Amino acid sequence: MVAALILLAIVVLVVFWVIGAYNGLIGLRNKVANGWKQIDVQLKRRHDLIPNLVNTVKGAMDFERNTLEAVIAARNKAVNATGVAQTAKAEGELTQALGRLFALTEAYPDLKATGNVAQLQEELTSTENKIGFARQLYNDVATEYNTRQATFPTMLVAGLAKATPVELWQITDDTERAVPTVDLSMNKPAP
Amino acid sequence: MTEAANLFAQQESNRRRSTWLVIGFIVFFAWVGFGGDLAFGLLTADAPAGEYHHVIPVIGIVTTLAAAGICWYSWRFGPRQVLWSTGAREVVEPATNEERQLVNVVEEMAIASGLPKPRVWIVPDDDPNAFATGRDAATASIAVTQGLLRTLNRDELQAVIAHEMAHVQNLDVRLMTLLAGMVGAIALMSDGLGRTMRGSRGVRSGGGGSSEGGKGGNPLAILLLGFWLLTLIVAPIVSRILAMAVSRKREYLADATGAQFTRNPLALASALEKLEAASAPTRAITLGAAHLCIVDPAPGLLAAREGAFADALASHPPIRQRIARLQGMGYLGEVAAPKA
Repeated sequence: MVAALILLAIVVLVVFWVIGAYNGLIGLRNKVANGWKQIDVQLKRRHDLIPNLVNTVKGAMDFERNTLEAVIAARNKAVNATGVAQTAKAEGELTQALGRLFALTEAYPDLKATGNVAQLQEELTSTENKIGFARQLYNDVATEYNTRQATFPTMLVAGLAKATPVELWQITDDTERAVPTVDLSMNKPAP
Repeated sequence: MTEAANLFAQQESNRRRSTWLVIGFIVFFAWVGFGGDLAFGLLTADAPAGEYHHVIPVIGIVTTLAAAGICWYSWRFGPRQVLWSTGAREVVEPATNEERQLVNVVEEMAIASGLPKPRVWIVPDDDPNAFATGRDAATASIAVTQGLLRTLNRDELQAVIAHEMAHVQNLDVRLMTLLAGMVGAIALMSDGLGRTMRGSRGVRSGGGGSSEGGKGGNPLAILLLGFWLLTLIVAPIVSRILAMAVSRKREYLADATGAQFTRNPLALASALEKLEAASAPTRAITLGAAHLCIVDPAPGLLAAREGAFADALASHPPIRQRIARLQGMGYLGEVAAPKA
């Protein structure tokens, strides 16, 4: 009788644990999907803002035609990209093209003074940031999801929850990865 | 993962503290009420048959109900009350570039923290400061002063908003907003009851000494009455110290979590430096809401000091210390360089 009760208690505990672990994995998977959606929303917004920006600065920056065309080309390529890796690559290129454009606008003080450009630039800066933060959140959640389904004991129910590892949003462009060399010894107080 | 577990533990601890705060608050008011009833009852027990005998604990019932009412009100309308007391206005449609930038930055931090976007408010005050209030992430509000928008650059503003989002995420806002309502209520009650007591003491001494009675209730009644009066006098001070203590520990944590959102602790360090430099009092923010702010709105002599006494009375840890910790996160200051 007592043995049966103990057995029953163990079975109940295991069942509860399986339910908890399974729900945890499903919850994380939804968070990952939501994180991806957030990135998508911001990317879409950036794609919508760029034609506006290009049209506004076109008049004043006519002789920077190459840069403007590069932005438009990168934008169109990014719009049509599919899948994590390809999207990440195309968006990385777009970020760079935009960065060059913004660097150039610094040379046109009257352009920045028109207000319209300053406003567009703030919107694009914010969108860039949002993409970055959405990516950060996505990678954090995706890493947790991947770790959870691969580590013991949650891995035992990973098959039941149909959990498969998801791709992280990585930097694919080598120029973006390149970090300026910093001499840390500069910060150290003299011994 | 440990981060998620940490956050969960934080939220759980804040929920628990909020509950205990409410319970403690109601119990305290019940003590004030029923203790008064008891003392009053013992004092009138010896009175001749024709005179008033305090049998029904009216005061206790009234104060307990009032305490429950205050808790409910702080819970339901606390955030609105705090915002109202600072004269903040909500930014619904950003009109200027400054406001647009503020709304954008709040949206960015909402994404970084994975929370819904809180409502954005601007306090018309020239001193730079910011605070967050609300019951949870869904009802949260973030308010910044006009002076903050003028003083900080984009990165620093982002860092300050991240700090406030951290308070929202780990439910500090719930505890702090409840506290704001209760500190105010206790101060009010102490004033009001103090005045009533002075009035009734006059009446009692006029009613003539019941002190000759040998029934044995009187020493106890007088002791009780003394203790009861003491709690009334001490309550406002204790409640304020409690509010300050609760808030101080949380600032370091919110600094760290905020830095985790922006991945840029140095921006918050430089924002705090600017806030410290502009240490004129934030007049729009009254003492009741002081513990909600990112920096103490009324920095006195204690702001720069450390030590037990300053610790007990300041609502915020010394800014220097917060900056030092943030610079440590950003590998500035006295952090050992990594081995080559």
